Amino acid sequence: MRYLAAQSVAEAAKALAAEAGVTRILSGGTDVLVQLKAGMVEPDLIVDVKKLPGMREIRAEAGGFRVGAAVAGAELGEHKAFCAAWPGVAEGFQLIGSTQVQGRATMAGNLCNASPAADSVPALVAGGVVARIAGPDGERDLAVVDIPAGPGRTNLKKGEFITSFLFPARAKGASDAYLRFIPRTEMDIAVSSAAVNLTIGADGKVSAAEVALGAVAPTVVRVPEAAKAIIGTKLDDAALAAMAKACEAACNPIDDKRGTIAFRTHTAGVLACRAAHIAYERAGGKA
Amino acid sequence: MKKLHISTTVNGDPAEFVCTPDESLLDALRNRLGLTGAKEGCGTGDCGACSVTVNGRLVCSCLVLAAEVEGAEIATIEGMADQDKLHPLQRAFIDHAALQCGVCTPGILVAAKSLLAKNPEPTDEEVRYWLAGNLCRCTGYDKIIRAVQSAAAEMRGA
Repeated sequence: MRYLAAQSVAEAAKALAAEAGVTRILSGGTDVLVQLKAGMVEPDLIVDVKKLPGMREIRAEAGGFRVGAAVAGAELGEHKAFCAAWPGVAEGFQLIGSTQVQGRATMAGNLCNASPAADSVPALVAGGVVARIAGPDGERDLAVVDIPAGPGRTNLKKGEFITSFLFPARAKGASDAYLRFIPRTEMDIAVSSAAVNLTIGADGKVSAAEVALGAVAPTVVRVPEAAKAIIGTKLDDAALAAMAKACEAACNPIDDKRGTIAFRTHTAGVLACRAAHIAYERAGGKA
Repeated sequence: MKKLHISTTVNGDPAEFVCTPDESLLDALRNRLGLTGAKEGCGTGDCGACSVTVNGRLVCSCLVLAAEVEGAEIATIEGMADQDKLHPLQRAFIDHAALQCGVCTPGILVAAKSLLAKNPEPTDEEVRYWLAGNLCRCTGYDKIIRAVQSAAAEMRGA
């Protein structure tokens, strides 16, 4: 195994593309090092991308934020303006692991590890966040929802890696929330989860919404029908019932020791309704 | 595997070592630098016994490659006491008998110091959440929380 602390994006992409054997990108390393230790992967080349320019930065762009792909959970959590604008993204990301894991773990790593239960991903999908991807052929932008291809697989090509995320400008009265079900109080993997991102108009009704569910399908799923159910409402009981039903219809979970199909499907709808309430209150709405 | 030469700073002193590309920071601290305070409990980032700070950030040294710390500043349990004078957290852990076998203790002390630097007056709940990644199989945690609170009070000058 070789270790390369790349100094430029081009150097990293070139080295990854040129390596004929197994490669791994090292960002926070909280998944990669565990896989190395377990012998699940024996890479020929590890490229550390943390030292690339901009990788650890959070900066204003186009009225929103550009967040470097190697920003750790603890770093994002300390950025007050970001957390005020995107509380659902911040809370989802910071649910991952312990304080020690938060010192290292990154959203790009969580996304590219491609677990359907990845806690940082539903809020990124609901937020319409776009990843900037570097590769041997230059840069391209791809919506976060289009990156996971299935458990442990992404749509990134050989030599490609994420360099940053663009969080779009926030409308007035916009906020988000993320909730997951786990059988304990912390440090566990979601049995099911939901993120809701919404905007409230001057009349107090939801004017725009996005809903995404985690751990209930091979990838995190966007549920436009669930969003449609609450747009134009003040989250009355009928709207929430329709939302829960739409969420249940979008579920295609596995049955395992952590949760049955029926349980995951039911709780995904419940969590979406609760997350919608939280996002609505954060956005200034009064139920 | 081609070995790498790493220059870093450990507890304020320059340190150099040679390591393999797949070697963890924990193994380099213990086997290359002789700093055996950080323990390997699980080796997968679950137990926190290997906690150190890298550039001021609390991490599990088993989840960091030794090759990554070129130019970084590392703090370990070995740098916590001032010569023979124990840190208030170390004294409080002895006074409150907040340990039995002691394997988790270096990691918990490093983690608790990092908490008090960020939040000098935490609630019990905040201490418990902060230390949730530090497993102790002996104490049942209660004495650990009391010891951290006692040291925090002393450090605030209360």
